[in-house]
Amino acid sequence: MLSKRIIPCLDVRDGRTTKGIKFKNNVDIGDPVAMARFYYEQGADELVFYDITASSDHRPIMIDVVRRTAEEIFIPFSVGGGIRTVEDMREVLLAGAEKISVNTAAVKNPRIITEGAKAFGKQCVVLGMDVKRVEKSAKIPSGYEIVIHGGRTYMGIDALWWAKEAENLGAGEICLNSIDADGTQEGYEMTLTKMISEAVNIPVIASGGAGKPEHLASVLKEAKADAALIASMTHYGTYTIKGIKEYLKDQGVCVRMKW
Amino acid sequence: MIAIIDYRAGNLTSVARAVRRLGYECSVTDEHRKITGSDRVIFPGVGAAGKAMSDLKALGLDQVLRDVYASGKPILGICLGTQIIFEYSEEDDTPCLGILPGVVRRFPEPLIDPDTGTRLKVPHMGWNVVDWLQEHPVFAGIDQDASFYFVHSYYPAPSEEDLVVGRTPYGLPFASAVARDNLVAVQFHPEKSGRPGLNILSNFCKWDPDHA
Repeated sequence: MLSKRIIPCLDVRDGRTTKGIKFKNNVDIGDPVAMARFYYEQGADELVFYDITASSDHRPIMIDVVRRTAEEIFIPFSVGGGIRTVEDMREVLLAGAEKISVNTAAVKNPRIITEGAKAFGKQCVVLGMDVKRVEKSAKIPSGYEIVIHGGRTYMGIDALWWAKEAENLGAGEICLNSIDADGTQEGYEMTLTKMISEAVNIPVIASGGAGKPEHLASVLKEAKADAALIASMTHYGTYTIKGIKEYLKDQGVCVRMKW
Repeated sequence: MIAIIDYRAGNLTSVARAVRRLGYECSVTDEHRKITGSDRVIFPGVGAAGKAMSDLKALGLDQVLRDVYASGKPILGICLGTQIIFEYSEEDDTPCLGILPGVVRRFPEPLIDPDTGTRLKVPHMGWNVVDWLQEHPVFAGIDQDASFYFVHSYYPAPSEEDLVVGRTPYGLPFASAVARDNLVAVQFHPEKSGRPGLNILSNFCKWDPDHA
């Protein structure tokens, strides 16, 4: 049976992870490569790097992080943030990432999904969606709207429509981030996740709101997500990947226990 | 030296990185002489069967691969490489190398999990287990419950059951590891499957088919 994936997400700025991490082991907590290695050894099923570097001049620093990570870990990892062209995608994939994720660039230019899928295969192209709950309307019938700029700019695009459209355009996977739930640690956006996961036939990664293992169990079972993104739960040492997986296994969720 | 066949199919650097990490020299190459002069050959690939076969033919590598198999040199197929070793793929209606008997089929849609009755997504993407049916030196020491990383929408359907070393349940129990003579081939990505995957690559790098 296919396992549900647990995916730690690392925010990287100018080659350093941005959240303070309380790993007890003797690792450089600001070095994304060391963190990637730590999570690899702890049983993460996949990793996500999100490049929040402001200046595109610093792009080579992220490419170097990707290259060094690929030398160290032998599980898939994806890179998002600042990818605007097929050439950007190629650079990241050649450096050793398994997947690239596009978010704002795809909203502004949906063709990049198709071009990326044609050039590298659908499985490489993850659509990142930032979503906010709104009043249901003729324009936003699902009651969930696509936003960019961390939720400050509403795009007038229905999230459910966009997910299906992205699948048609050639996205291989969707990383679904609820801006409402993000950072709350009070649980994933269940209604949104279930709606999108049931509407598309590509895997959906739930993102935003994870605070305790119960949240992962709910989103993976009831909301039918294929994978769950986590950050602060494990970054701050509150939980371990192994501990989370043991809990999930007890709850009847199929997870990878041998690594 | 290990030759990793370069036919412009997907990200080949990850296979090379894993092999080098294990301490073996390898070369990602399309040069016939380098391939025939190597100690063993890895045939990876991500992408679509139609384009892969036309690229292989354009580079003359289809015949090189058949010759390598006939020569007795160890060969490891990975993912699309594994599929192309069979006779035919439903993907792009593609005649393939025909080194192994059988075809490559698309997962049916809708794909239903027989145990739960729920609909399964295609591609089959993520970690799944292999039910190991036969012993083989390349899969020696691998835990029965170890998981491997898969990404594919088509699966190998060998026409001779004795080829099948392992099966993976995803709506149907498809052949995820096959072997014959000096050839082993897997549908999953050992280079992306953590330690169990690296162990398989390591076993392959040491495998002597003449002393099985």
